[in-house]
Amino acid sequence: MKRLFVILATLLLVSTAFAIDQGKRFDDPEMQARYEKLISEVRCLQCQNQSIKDSNVTLAADLRREIARMIEEGQTDEDIAEFLVVRYGEFALYSPRKTGKTLILWVVPFLLVLFGGYALMRVVKHRMSLPIGDDTEQEG
Amino acid sequence: MNRYVWPLVAVMALLVFLVMGLRHGDPRALPSPFIGKPAPQFELPTLKNPEVTIGTNTMAGDYSLVNVWATWCVMCRAEHPFLLELAAKKAIPIYGINWRDSRLEAIRWLDDLGDPYLASAYDEDGRVGIDWGVYGAPETFLLDPAGTVIYKHLGPLDAVIWQREFVSRMSGGGQAQ
Repeated sequence: MKRLFVILATLLLVSTAFAIDQGKRFDDPEMQARYEKLISEVRCLQCQNQSIKDSNVTLAADLRREIARMIEEGQTDEDIAEFLVVRYGEFALYSPRKTGKTLILWVVPFLLVLFGGYALMRVVKHRMSLPIGDDTEQEG
Repeated sequence: MNRYVWPLVAVMALLVFLVMGLRHGDPRALPSPFIGKPAPQFELPTLKNPEVTIGTNTMAGDYSLVNVWATWCVMCRAEHPFLLELAAKKAIPIYGINWRDSRLEAIRWLDDLGDPYLASAYDEDGRVGIDWGVYGAPETFLLDPAGTVIYKHLGPLDAVIWQREFVSRMSGGGQAQ
């Protein structure tokens, strides 16, 4: 029994070895943070619905390498996003840019909240204008 | 009664969009951002002779196909006979980009199965693949004589797709683009 337990415990330890090699480690913690954030926001085109951080297919590894190189060269996050969009289209970014066609994705939710708030206000105002005690207004 | 009409209309509209989304076809086939733009420039050693280079300039002057392939790519094997057929008919010059592959294995593949390519570029580290927005071999780009990308096909090429998507886009083979 004890032996079984030891074997199971060892297997648990081994599982960490399957973690994906994220390649690059920067000396500068700020660069490392940018790198981690960027690779978690880029879609792996080969295995859609994963980020390139979570995928170990070759293309994801290539893109991680390119992004690391661009960070080292001092390029900004916008430059890197542009690099990806030019090659793979907006679809490559999990967090769409706040310009052009994708701006609508960012604006519409706020418009919907405003619209909902306005509708709610009208309903409440209408109810408040009803005579008190008149609870008989039933929904059909 | 009237108060239910607008929510109903809204739900119906939502349903229409959902169905449109579902019928979009192959979710892996993304619109290529390169259509209508000049093919990305590159210069790489050829597969068979590392001392000779091939690049975008090599391909200008005529309609041409750029086919991204690799020996580890199962679907590339499936489309290979059709590429040989096109090459035999001299339908169009075909260039290859051998993507993320081993040179020896790639040369052996061409020796065993036949070589439809005028030349293949050897993209060992995938750098050119990224510039071309490649994300799943096989991918086939159709370039016009000026070197502009006019179509990209994801997945194996066959006679039906060739007729429908490629021939119709080349002038002299149907309506002009």
